[in-house]
Order: sequence, then C-alpha cells, then structure tokens
Amino acid sequence: MRRSRCVALALPLLMVLAAACGSGSSSSSGSGGGSSSSSGGHYGGTLTLLANSNWGTADPGKNYTLQEWQLLRLTHDGLVQFRAASGSAGTELLPDLATSIPKPTDGGKTYTFTLRPGIKFSDGTPLKASDFVTVFKRQFTIPGPANGFYENLVGGAACLKSSSSCDLSKGVVTDDQAGTVTFHLTAPDPEFLDKLTLPFAFAVPANTPLKDTGNNPPPGTGAYMWKSYDPQHEAVLVRNPYFKEWNPDVQPKGFPDEIDYKFGLSVEAEVTQVENGQADWLFDPAPSDRLNELSTQYASQVHVNPLTAEYYFALNVNIPPFNNPQARQAINFAADRNAYVKIFGGPSLAVPTCQVLPPNFPGYQPYCPYTTNPGDGKWHGPDLAKAKQLVQESGTKGAKVAVVGTTDEVGKAITEQMVSDLNAIGYNASAKLLSGGIQYGYIQNSDNNVQVGYSQWYQDYPAASDFLNVLYGCGGFHPHSDASPNIAGFCDKTIQAQMDAALTQGVTDPAGANKAWAKIDQEVTDQAPMVQLFNPKLIDFVSKRVSGYQFSPQWYMLISQLSVK
Amino acid sequence: MAVSQIASEELEPAGELRPEVAGRSPWALAGRRLLRNRVAMVSLGVFLVIVAISFAAPIYAHDIAHTNPFQSNLNGTTVINGQRRPVMQQGGGVLKLGETPIGPTWQRNFFLGADNQGRDVMARVLYGGRSSLAIGIGSAFIACMIATIIGVIAGFFGGMVDGVLSRIMDVIWAFPVYLLAISISTVLLTAPNGLALGPVHIQANSLWLPTMIIAVIYVPYVARPVRGAVLSVREKEFIEAATAMGASNMRIMFSEILPNVISAVIVLLPLMIATTILTESALSYLSIGVQPPNASWGTVIDDGQQLLYTRPMVAIAPGILIVLTVLALNVFGDGVRDALDPRAKVRIGD
Repeated sequence: MRRSRCVALALPLLMVLAAACGSGSSSSSGSGGGSSSSSGGHYGGTLTLLANSNWGTADPGKNYTLQEWQLLRLTHDGLVQFRAASGSAGTELLPDLATSIPKPTDGGKTYTFTLRPGIKFSDGTPLKASDFVTVFKRQFTIPGPANGFYENLVGGAACLKSSSSCDLSKGVVTDDQAGTVTFHLTAPDPEFLDKLTLPFAFAVPANTPLKDTGNNPPPGTGAYMWKSYDPQHEAVLVRNPYFKEWNPDVQPKGFPDEIDYKFGLSVEAEVTQVENGQADWLFDPAPSDRLNELSTQYASQVHVNPLTAEYYFALNVNIPPFNNPQARQAINFAADRNAYVKIFGGPSLAVPTCQVLPPNFPGYQPYCPYTTNPGDGKWHGPDLAKAKQLVQESGTKGAKVAVVGTTDEVGKAITEQMVSDLNAIGYNASAKLLSGGIQYGYIQNSDNNVQVGYSQWYQDYPAASDFLNVLYGCGGFHPHSDASPNIAGFCDKTIQAQMDAALTQGVTDPAGANKAWAKIDQEVTDQAPMVQLFNPKLIDFVSKRVSGYQFSPQWYMLISQLSVK
Repeated sequence: MAVSQIASEELEPAGELRPEVAGRSPWALAGRRLLRNRVAMVSLGVFLVIVAISFAAPIYAHDIAHTNPFQSNLNGTTVINGQRRPVMQQGGGVLKLGETPIGPTWQRNFFLGADNQGRDVMARVLYGGRSSLAIGIGSAFIACMIATIIGVIAGFFGGMVDGVLSRIMDVIWAFPVYLLAISISTVLLTAPNGLALGPVHIQANSLWLPTMIIAVIYVPYVARPVRGAVLSVREKEFIEAATAMGASNMRIMFSEILPNVISAVIVLLPLMIATTILTESALSYLSIGVQPPNASWGTVIDDGQQLLYTRPMVAIAPGILIVLTVLALNVFGDGVRDALDPRAKVRIGD
C-alpha cells in the first residue's frame, strides 16, 4: 500500500493517509455518562477525531485509505482478523466471524470457514454464509484499486476481465445451513488469509448493491455502526445495537459511545484544537514547525510508533543513466540518509535504511552495503569518494537527471535533497514537482521516461512479498500503465524465480520462506533499482482527556480502545 | 493618490506655447513630465534598487555569505559569535521531535536564517528575486511585443484577419488567468520533454517555460487596447496620405501607425511587469513555476509557509520584496501614464 502525507491517491496496492488543504468550523468534544471496565477504561462519551479532508467513498468494497479503514475495522468484520493489540501481538491472526482458522487443503488451494452462529448486521439482518458471495462479487463489479487482490479465486480472473458475467460459483462456495464458506483458489497463496483481513473482504448483507454505495456504507457486524457520513463535514459512528462481543481479541466492545470524525480544518488548527482539548486526535501528521512544541509542552500526549513502511526513490533501470548498475549504486552510496531523516522530523521520527524490508518484518535481516564502514547492517554515512568513483567508471558523469517529486512539504524537501545528492557526484540534476494526485500515476507510467521517482510504501499486511514482489517483481511492472507499482521497471529473471519459489514455500514452510525472502531482499538491494531512504515513525497526538492508547502494527491507533473522561 | 487638475498644457491657447514646451517632441515632453513626478521617480528608484540587489545575488552568496543557496545543507554548521552551531537544531524535550532551522542571525551568514533545507534564506531571496524579475520583465516584454504585433495587424487589416485574431484573443481571455496558467504549466511540466514547438525546445526546469506561459496568457490584455488605438489611428488623414503616396501595408503599420499607438503599450508595460511578477510568484508558490533547485520569491514563500510558526522571516522577506516591487511598478506605471497622457484627470503626484 502507498500512503501520501498530503494528497489522497488510489491505485493498485496503494493506500492513502491524508489529504489536501481546507478550512472549516471549530469543533468541541463532549462526554456523557458511562461506566468503567475492569481494565479501568471508561465506557461512554464522545470521541472527537479531526482530519483535514475526507476519505472519499465509504464503501468497504472500494475504499483504500487507512483513514477510513481505521473506522471500518470498528463497524465491520471479516472471517479472520489481526489481534487488536499493540506490538508484535498485533500481527497475530485470529478468527473473527469464523469459529477458527482452517488449515488449507487440496495442496493449499482450498480454505473452509465455519461462521459463528447468531451474529447480526447493524440493521438486524442475520449474518449468512452466502453474504460472502456478494462480498467477493463486489470486488469484481466495483472498479477499484484492489480488484486484483482476489484474482486467485476460481473464476476470479474471468471476473476481472468481464465483471458483467462474473461467476464465482466455483471460487466461493457457501452453505447457509451449515454456515460454511469455502474458497477455492487456482494456485496456493500463502497470503490468502492476510488478504481476508482487509476491509475488501468484510461481511456485508447479500442484498448489498454490486456497485459503489458512496457515502452510505452497507451495514456491518462490528461494535459500531455508521450513523452518518457527510464528506464535507463529519462522519459519525454510534454503537451497533445488535453487537455482542464474540471475540474481544479482535472486535472488542469500544469505550466511547460515539465517534465523531470532523473534516475541514487546517492541520495547524487541528493541532491547536487537540492542545486545547476541543478534539481528541488528529489523523494528519503534525506540521514540522509544531513538532518541537509537541515535544516540549505536550510530550505526555504524544505517542511515537515505528511503521513497517519505507520512503524511497525508484531508479528507472530501463533508461540512462540508471540503466547502468554502477550509476545506481553510486547514488546509493551518495545519498545522505541523515539529511532525509532530518527532513522527516529527525532521528526520533525516522531511521535510515538501505534495504527493502522494514525492521521487525517477516524476512528482515539488517543489510546495508551503501555506507561507510559497512558490515553491521546499519547505515553510518554517505561514501562520496566511492560514489564519485562509480560514476566515473559508469561513464555517466554529467548526465541530465530529472527527479520527479511531490509538492507537499516533505516530498518537496526530500526531492530537493536528492537533487543535491545527485549534483554532488557529478550529475546535472533538477527537480520536477507534481501534486501527489498526479505524481504517483505519472512516475509509474513508463511512457513518461521518469528517471528518478519519489515514492513511499506501507505494508498491506505483514508479508515480505508485499514489498519485494510488488515493488520489484516482474509482475508489478506494467509498461505504459499508470498502475505499475514496480516504478523502477526492474525485472530480474533469476530473482523473480527465487520470489516465486519463496511464495510457494510460504504455504507450507513460512519460516523457511522468510529466510529466502531475506536473501532476495539483499539481492534486490545489491541491484539497487531504488535508493532506500528511511523507515518512518508515526506520531499520534491525543488530547489530555484520552486514555488507553494502543497502537496496532496493522491498524495503527485502535480508535475504539481510547476512553474519554 | 491626489486628484489634480487637467494638465496645464491643455489650457494653453494654440500657437502660444510656453518657451519650455515650444520646439520639443512629444516624447521629450513626456520624459520631462515623468522626471518632474517625484513619486514616480522614487518608485522607479525603489524598483531599480531591488533589481540591483537581486542581480548582485551571486556576489552576496559567494563573497559575503560564502554559501551555495542551491545545495541542501541539513547537516551543515555555521559560526555565530565565535561559536559553531548546527544549521538544523533538533527538537527539545524528552521526545526530541522535529528539526528547526537556524533563525535570523543578522550577520553575514544566515542573515535571515535558514530554510527547511538548511540553505541561507537571504541568498535564496536574492536569487529568487533574479528569477522572479527576469521572468516578470521577460514575460511582460514578450507579451507586449506579441500583443502589439497582433493588435496592429488586427486593427489595420480589419475584416476576417481582425475577426480571426480577435476570436483567438477572446478564447484566451475567456479563461481565468490563473486557471489557464496552472493548466498550461501542469501539462508542460508533465510532458516528458517540456515544451517542444518545432525548433523551439524548452526543458521543464528552464526559466523560459514560466516566462513563455505567462507571456501567452497576458497577450490579450495588451492586444485589445492596441487594436482599439489602431482602429482610431488608421482613419486619420496622414494614413490616407501615406496610402495615396503608395506606401506599403508594412510601412504604414510599423512606420506610421505603430509610433502613434506605442505610447499605450509603454503605459501598460510597468503595470504588466507588476502583474507578471505576481503571477510568477503565484505559480512558483504552487510548485508549477520555477522548479528546484532554482529559487523564486514564490518558491521561497512556499518554503517559508512550512515554517510560519517558528521561522516566519522565511516567508515574510520575499513577501515584502514582492509587495515593494509591485507597488513601485504600479506607482511608476501611473506616472508613465500621466506623462504620456496628460489629459488623464486622475493622477498621482503634483
């Protein structure tokens, strides 16, 4: 998934964080009566959240933004879900609407789930197995960025080509009497269960239209339900009257009675409102000129968490000068990652990296060949002498290089730093800044001959292939298309064969597969189709009256677990 | 602004000109009137000072501040009052969040502080002035030149030629200026090879690109009044006389008509420069004008917007220069208009 700090994007395997600018009215948060849980949390009250802009469509079958997913996680459920918990516990897969997580059969191609009995949607309709036929049919009838996620279902590929005649009768087999949902895949997929945790696979009633429901999300089974969603002003969630806690590890009863999500304030104003206690949290990253203030005056209300994500520049391996591996390695040696870290907010908010996989991720083993004093897997500093030597040897010195970046604060500064790094080793570099909504599609399309493109990648789910295979696999490169997440156009047959083998191995031997992914990570890093910059951390700034903060590596701040006094 | 009487020259009885007026050309008289307008002259002086200090940017950067304003300097240090200090200062408290650039030192280096790339703001502002002024002046001259040619041709030939040219101008005029500029800029910035029109090839990062875009969008604003003036002049007797004497169309247009309408263009020129500087700053502020690592006043304001809370001077300094420049040009433009058109009843000065 890809997230932009400023402009919402929606493309394959792309996920959005934030939005553009605007203004709006101030908000206030109130609290009502309630009771206390055994864990000390306070049930009741209204939690007020702020975001500069809305998340577009609210339909779980189409929306591909973290911003709404954090709410959909509270209003809807899938068959399986990650544990709602902080730290590594939050990566544990647990049954949600299903009674248990099944072992795949038929050589890893069949999964059979049994539904928990007695669960109802927020409109009172009982949950049935056949609801899931609608859920997956919608994935092929609603054009969206994630249509390819479930292509592996039997019939999925045909549905992708022609949604009007979509037939998943052999791919999703349901039995309402027995309460079973059986998935048949065309090939083993070690990440199939991960994909079932995404909102695209959340249960909706069978009669839900096979089209985008826009601002009216269909009923769900979660602890909350949608009361209203007005993209210009606010979204309101209230308790689902039909919800009964069946697995508090994945869908716990939330603390606030109501969650108000208001849109339209500038991010500066959002920070001020949370400082003043007029709101409880802001979705948008705090502006850089407010960070010191938060750090010194509101430290107890600030939570910083590492993300399994990366900021990087893709180097186009198919056009000069970076079709030359030495040129690619040269800029990797020259990139001053400390500078990029400072742009992002300093060492408290980012960690320099050279490799594709982020720390604490399946397959991660520290590796950094592009540094002074290599060997311990950490980046210590740029090696300009080595970089200049490689540029000389590559014969690319003096080449014109255009770096395509974004116009937001961080994107612009990072792009300018890359221009400086390139110029420092003898290239004639300049920047081309485009708004985020245009830039991501632009740098993906090979017709635009982008030499260096700035991008970010955030995990969809904790699997090494979600980084390596998507960003550097041959299947991720679609020439002449705006939807080509392999921006570098990198396709190494030997490495691809290793990726395919690791994917197959992952079905039966995840640990062995992760070792293979670690080796692939190093090989891709050596080939340098990118300049990895840093792994970011996320700041959550909450109001004084909020307690019970938890950060899930998959869903980030667990909104319903905040209690308001 | 003061309201003056009708120009005194208008009150002189015909044939009884004052000694200082008699025997002088209209241009000399206009120059004389302009020189007497102290407000206009002060404005011109302010503008020329801004131009001079902007074009002295390399001297300031290399010989005074000893800095490269186009190179990121996030890990750099500087010496302030004998003490070495980092250009970017890490946030305080337990969390140490954020990196704040050094503020104004009011010394040779980092006089106005650093931006979020650790670069000297004063040097960036001066270099930015070079770009903004070059683009503003260049695009205004180009717009006026093209507009004059179009206006003279349309007004002189009339008929279908006038119809076609006027409709093209109407189409450009129909679009809001900034919408048109943003659209053209975005299209050309995303074109892999910038602007390629026959032998003309302008890279996306060239200053010529915003110059040409801004020039094109303002052509109708000058072409229309020029055409109107030509329509009036071409009916005069001396044009009929030139035609009767066998003068070619080219000669009539550019030797007879043009000198009689050029004053309208001269009046518009300083006002156009002020307008084009504002437009350039707006486009660069939106990141679709001057591209990094080049600077313009607009890009420096954009950089400063992210630092308004902690380092407001980054945005304020180029803002002040834009205001001063535009104000000076507008006041000077009024003076030029007063000098060339003494019949105007509302004037500055006197």
